[in-house]
Amino acid sequence: MKWLLEFWRSSIGGKVTMAVTGLLLFLFVLMHMLGNLQFLAGPATINAYAEFLHSKPALLWVARIGLLVIFAVHVRTGIRLATQNKAARPVGYAVDATLRADWASKSMLLTGLTTLAFVVYHLAHFTLGWVHSRDHNSNNVHAMMKHSFGHPGIAIVYVAAQVLLFFHLRHGIRSLAQTLGLNHGRYTPMVAILSLLLAAAIAGGNILITLSVLLGIV
Amino acid sequence: MKVTLNIWRQSKASTKADFRQDGKLVRYQLDHVSPDMSFLEMLDVLNEQLTQQGEEPVAFDHDCREGICGSCGVAIDGVPHGPERGTTACQLHMRSFQDGAVITVEPWRAAAFPVLKDLVVDRSAFDRVVQAGAFISVNTGAPQDANAIPVPKADADRAFDAATCIGCGACVAACKNASAMLFVGAKVSHFVHLPQGRVERDQRARNLVAAMDREGFGNCTNQYECEAACPKEIPVRVIAELNREFVRAKVREEPVVDKGRGGDG
Ligand code: HEM
Ligand code: FES
Repeated sequence: MKWLLEFWRSSIGGKVTMAVTGLLLFLFVLMHMLGNLQFLAGPATINAYAEFLHSKPALLWVARIGLLVIFAVHVRTGIRLATQNKAARPVGYAVDATLRADWASKSMLLTGLTTLAFVVYHLAHFTLGWVHSRDHNSNNVHAMMKHSFGHPGIAIVYVAAQVLLFFHLRHGIRSLAQTLGLNHGRYTPMVAILSLLLAAAIAGGNILITLSVLLGIV
Repeated sequence: MKVTLNIWRQSKASTKADFRQDGKLVRYQLDHVSPDMSFLEMLDVLNEQLTQQGEEPVAFDHDCREGICGSCGVAIDGVPHGPERGTTACQLHMRSFQDGAVITVEPWRAAAFPVLKDLVVDRSAFDRVVQAGAFISVNTGAPQDANAIPVPKADADRAFDAATCIGCGACVAACKNASAMLFVGAKVSHFVHLPQGRVERDQRARNLVAAMDREGFGNCTNQYECEAACPKEIPVRVIAELNREFVRAKVREEPVVDKGRGGDG
């Protein structure tokens, strides 16, 4: 335990923690997006999927608690690293130049924090029914999604959150490969493209669902 | 050619409590700059002018002026060593700038590199990292036959990519987080590809990272500003290697055995 804590506290240990938890969260959001796509197949499909998940409470709770821990570690470590990074440059440059970085790579803390805010809202909305509770209905997920995304205000929040998540993953996926020590003349350029495609697929898939309701297609 | 310079002037050394001190950008005008001058020669001309006017000349670091010692280094319009890729400030020429250009010159900006005066920073943090194990601890004795230990060409090339580091600190200066991982990665990569260096690879990775963390450098977020700014164009591959070496060394680390107080240890 002491060994692990010492590893986590080091710079590279913190980075590796971000990469491992980031990878697991990425795999989760990918599966989550694919699961959501069943909405487009109609009420029977997605409601059966929801029922299937709820029929395995033990598994569901292990997954929920596991995710929560992974998420908490990712957030806690991300904030620590970002704080250290700020402290490492007490006086900035009068002329701020950027040679290679892009908005995605420079805004990881921002896009991470907006994702955190969105996840809290999303859980309060669909899982707990604390907000927009009139739409809440765990027995008919399809109806719940349809009602909610019919409100332009709610739909816009969901779409905006996905755009910000896109930027987080657009840098995050290529970045985690480098953090885990994968750098190779042939594969690194491929990973960079894959990072863009996977981030676009995750955000795009979720946005497709939201817009299909808002625009009255489903 | 004419240039207008905005140069950071700071008379007192930075401290943890007050990093900025009395520092501020001061404007100077130079009317007769030859495009063939190096950037440092242009600063020499400015200093001559300032000395004649009875003003304090601008302090800046330099030594070899041929791009090999790593002494020079200023941020020119926010870019370490200025606009030419793979070029130190001493090898940068004024022809790289437009006539009438306004050029802002600042010291490296990092908590681990406190400003001593004007454009001069204290880079001894790098020395302490090197002292933590960026070397091979063997008694050398008489010189060996050069080919006694065969090294494959590919390994020698990889080691040499990293060994070209001149320790100027541009990577730290360019990094959005003032991280030193390109420098430390270069030290680790330099040795790990060679049989002589591999003997101490575990302790080297652990000790260099611990020393780097003690100095208060930031953490890499893989934005690769360092690679773009490095006058020796050291690739960020060395950071991936550093990450690998550190994790490997931590996993293999033996637990510290407590032999008991007053025991036979
Ligand atoms: C669905 C949720 C999330 C996913 C899939 C995700 C994924 C990732 C990935 C893959 C990385 C790259 C790791 C690396 O560079 O090695 C990363 C980095 C980062 N994440 Fe997240 N993340 C999520 C949520 C968050 C949240 C809520 C925060 C809030 C603080 C956050 C803050 C950060 C920061 C600051 C980094 C940069 C770390 C660094 O390179 O030092 N992330 N994330
Ligand atoms: S003065 Fe030696 S590298 Fe520039």
